[in-house]
Amino acid sequence: MSLVEPKNTTGLPLDLPVEELVVVPRRRYGIWIGIAIAMLFAFFIGKAFATNPAFDWGTAANYLFHPSIMRGLGKTLLLTVVIMAAAIVIGTIIAIMRVSPSAVLQTFASAYVWFFRGVPALIQLIFWFNLSLLFRTASLSIPGVGTIFSVNTNDFMTPFVSAVVALSLCEAGYLAEIIRAGIKSVPHGQFEAASGLGMSYRQILRRIILPQAMRFIVPPTGNEAISLLKMTSLVTFIAVDDLFYTAQSIYARTFETIPLLIVVAFWYLFVVTVMSIGQHFLERYYGRSDRRQENPLIRLLQSLLGSRKGSVQS
Amino acid sequence: MTSQAESRARFGVPADAMVFARSVRKSYGSLDVLKGIDLIVPKGSVACIIGPSGSGKSTFLRCINHLEQLTGGVLLVDGEFVGYDLRDGKLYEVKDSLLCKRRADIGMVFQSFNLFSHMTVMENLIEAPTRVRGMSVAEAKASAEVLLARVGLSDKAGRYPRELSGGQQQRVAIARALAMNPKVLLFDEPTSALDPELVGEVLQVMRDLAESGMTMVVVTHEIGFAREVGDDLIFMDEGVIVERGEPREVIANPQSARTREFLSRVL
Repeated sequence: MSLVEPKNTTGLPLDLPVEELVVVPRRRYGIWIGIAIAMLFAFFIGKAFATNPAFDWGTAANYLFHPSIMRGLGKTLLLTVVIMAAAIVIGTIIAIMRVSPSAVLQTFASAYVWFFRGVPALIQLIFWFNLSLLFRTASLSIPGVGTIFSVNTNDFMTPFVSAVVALSLCEAGYLAEIIRAGIKSVPHGQFEAASGLGMSYRQILRRIILPQAMRFIVPPTGNEAISLLKMTSLVTFIAVDDLFYTAQSIYARTFETIPLLIVVAFWYLFVVTVMSIGQHFLERYYGRSDRRQENPLIRLLQSLLGSRKGSVQS
Repeated sequence: MTSQAESRARFGVPADAMVFARSVRKSYGSLDVLKGIDLIVPKGSVACIIGPSGSGKSTFLRCINHLEQLTGGVLLVDGEFVGYDLRDGKLYEVKDSLLCKRRADIGMVFQSFNLFSHMTVMENLIEAPTRVRGMSVAEAKASAEVLLARVGLSDKAGRYPRELSGGQQQRVAIARALAMNPKVLLFDEPTSALDPELVGEVLQVMRDLAESGMTMVVVTHEIGFAREVGDDLIFMDEGVIVERGEPREVIANPQSARTREFLSRVL
């Protein structure tokens, strides 16, 4: 019920009938043709997968939960988690340096991003693996006191450690840029309001700026995590026994190349799918302050049927 | 001698001065925004600053709580430099924790509200009291509820800023500033971003505040508000104070031609 009464401003008598008109949707021939072509492709691909015996689905199924494959998958997941965690910490520090008022820190951070994003990950990986060619030993000596400790580089730069160091530093370069863009996206007024309330720079970053930057940081970081998961397959080159390396060492023996590649592809796809679902919920969490009441099912249907936004608004 | 006492004696600051400005200058490179501002805002009074855009009135306001650093001159709040300590005739920049502590005593309300958009109204109000003043959450919530009632928004405590109208957001921003129990409240064009029909509710809250004895410095375009509530009306142009006086007097009988011209365009 409303207290506002509508007023007739046209001067026409109110009892003239106004019919409800039917809206006829525009014909979308282009979309229909597209659907037909896509269906045709899907049919041929499906047929090839189902009928070509070289795919050897039975063998693939046998290897799916093979203990070595499971161990390899575990190593791949471990690498992804450890590298991502380290990269987020390093990337945040670099990003904060890039937005700091000090020109020296800014330059240092820019140089970091320039180098670690510029050199291919595989080359960085092999470089760290061969660190002992540069430094035989790592030692700490204090003049007058003597050597505190000294270790052979090869003793601690194991393939796993090289992989973690190389890919963390590399990934941090990308994350630093994402985090910096997120920080920049928060309006300056938020910083001023918090300063005016007497909050310290650290409190402002941690309580005001970063939480709001998260909305812009989470989606691309999810993509980074997904591409990192796949990037970890590079460690095969330095003989870290991850998922891909394990599969390779099996098919090198048995020549069941295609089935094992299918197994590997399946597990990467599976993990990526799980990560995408997690990313969706993270995005919802950080976007909670500006979520509108929207039915996700209706939105999904709209995007599937290609109806344009605004045409179905109530 | 404490820094505060030394400053008071050295610059002859009256005992009742909340804001004390002597030849305050501010420039950005070769651009002089403030060219020597002299002003005393007594405790418990309301000073309204009017003037065309680009006259430096917002910059002056931001100098008061040290969001902008002075290029020259002396600016004291309650007898104290905000960003410095005066010792042996020199100004030492204070460390961040002390600057924060002093800023916490100076409330500021912005043209664009600047509520923390990821926090509910209640979270906005208790953030600084709990983090800066170390108040307990229960205590901060209790006083936040009193403040929300005061600005007429008790039912909005759980809402996010974007769910509120501009007028409601600005009233929350005022409550947020009050939650720190400030000595002085600075308003930077608090109603300029509002739809005309929402201006009244914000001005009403400010009027109530003035009556409660809060010291306020208000940069505004609301001449009516300045006339009714202000104890002083200051007209600024091109980085200087052109005219200052009792608001009714200045509006009815402006002394300078520049003030007359400005008032004739806004009234």
